[in-house]
Amino acid sequence: MTTTPRPVLVSDTADDTSSAPLAVRGLTVSYGDKPAVFSVDATFVPGSMTAIIGPNGAGKSTMLKAVLGVIPRVSGETTIFGAPLGSERERVAYVPQRASVDWDFPTTALDVVMMGLYRKVGLLGRFRRDDRAQARACLARVGMEDFADRQIGQLSGGQQQRVFLARALAQDADLYVLDEPFAGVDAATERAIIEVLKDLQARGKTVIAVHHDLATVRDYFDHVFLMNVRKIAEGPVDQAFTTDTLHATYGGRLEATHLDQLELVGA
Amino acid sequence: MGAEFVQFSLVPILIGVFASIACALPGNFLVLRKQALIGDAISHVVLPGIVVAFLVTGVIATAPMMLGAAGAAIVAVILIEAIKRLGGIEPGAAMGVTFTTLFAAGVLLLEQSDTSNVHLDVEHALMGNLESLIWLRASGWASLTDPVALSSVPDELWRIAVVAGLISALTLAFWRWLKISTFDPGFAQALGIPTQAVGFALVVVAAVAAVAAFDAVGSIIVIAMFICPPAAARLMTNTLTTQVWLSLGFATISAIGGYVLAGYGPLWLGGQNAVSAAGMIAAVSGFVLALACLFGPQRTRAGAAAEA
Repeated sequence: MTTTPRPVLVSDTADDTSSAPLAVRGLTVSYGDKPAVFSVDATFVPGSMTAIIGPNGAGKSTMLKAVLGVIPRVSGETTIFGAPLGSERERVAYVPQRASVDWDFPTTALDVVMMGLYRKVGLLGRFRRDDRAQARACLARVGMEDFADRQIGQLSGGQQQRVFLARALAQDADLYVLDEPFAGVDAATERAIIEVLKDLQARGKTVIAVHHDLATVRDYFDHVFLMNVRKIAEGPVDQAFTTDTLHATYGGRLEATHLDQLELVGA
Repeated sequence: MGAEFVQFSLVPILIGVFASIACALPGNFLVLRKQALIGDAISHVVLPGIVVAFLVTGVIATAPMMLGAAGAAIVAVILIEAIKRLGGIEPGAAMGVTFTTLFAAGVLLLEQSDTSNVHLDVEHALMGNLESLIWLRASGWASLTDPVALSSVPDELWRIAVVAGLISALTLAFWRWLKISTFDPGFAQALGIPTQAVGFALVVVAAVAAVAAFDAVGSIIVIAMFICPPAAARLMTNTLTTQVWLSLGFATISAIGGYVLAGYGPLWLGGQNAVSAAGMIAAVSGFVLALACLFGPQRTRAGAAAEA
């Protein structure tokens, strides 16, 4: 294990948490005795696209899950658009890690997208013809309309990820939270996903994604949030994505040559 | 197929069908959640509870049986935790020890107690009591509309019919919660679906089904009713709705076919005595599963290949 990273403070873009799509104060989550996320503060900027960056085991997914109430937290407050999660749930679309679900499940791609309409129709409500049409349109936006009736286990990893994104689109949310959307997908899928995400941003939505490929951070995102159990830095890419913050996040685990290729400020 | 059938076979067959349906419904979701053996564990754990309830009240009735079973389940949870913490043993071992111990306690209790005037002994507790649930006052199909005759229909039939109806209604009402939280628990939780409560309720429903099916098939063979029809149905289709409907069909076929084969099969083969109906129901459902394994259209899992 590396030593505890030295905190590097970068000016916050916005302290205004009342309108932030997602604000976190003092969030601590632990598995057993060991904290996976420790005392994290975060404020995500409306209309931004933020990459959450950190080494394996840094608590990135854990933080998002705790924020969305998927797993319990030890302490901390989170607000969605200034309000508690309960009242704002339908404004959030969550895309879990692809590996977290059972792709053997007897269901079709279209059926998975329809799950995104659940909050609209409720526990017992019936799906109508236009709900189905809406789900198909979401599949079309990710280039998967020809696979609507395919059992999900028969899709490739990239196709499965696109179906997941289509389900999030069906939720028609204001905040999109994606856990490693580019993990194990082909280049075409990566392009398709980023295109959809940029389109969401163009329409004023906020996107937060756990991201691993440091080389594409600048191209894909305008904000970063660096963490390793604790928060290291957050802010616009230009200010917060630097040699210093990356060293503090990854410790000695980043190769110098790797850092050179990122064209970082302050290198 | 006349008076004799109505008197001796109709009620046991109906009980078998309702019991199979009550078990197959939660069984579908247990199989999909890879928790199929929970049904087995439940059926073992509840036995001492049922026996104690019987010893205390002296009758085999729904309410005391369910209470006894619930009590046994609580004892099981406490025992598992105690063994895990005090003995420092891994959870699987703690569960295994607890389930078998409670089951053994149930068997010993049964053996020692005087149950001579009621149909509750070790053999019936393990393998069911289906054959003895006959409709004494029935004299033919006309008895179905005769209130006097109907009043002598064994209570076990109404009990299992109500339970099967209740479980069907619950499955229908919570279909979306069950489906989403089984497929993608993280997403379900983010939607605000109480996934832990759904999982717990599923186990409780399975326990109720196991206790209600106790008369029909006893506490061991019930596991076949939880697993075989849903597992066979999964091999036939890639749609959840179709899978559940098919599993109900397989459950019904197994119950009817098993009962008829047990009662008449040995005679057709020149034998003298009937064989255990519950055993034959389990055997038929296993046979259906074997056929689905060999010939089911979805028996190859594409999911594993697609990961590559």
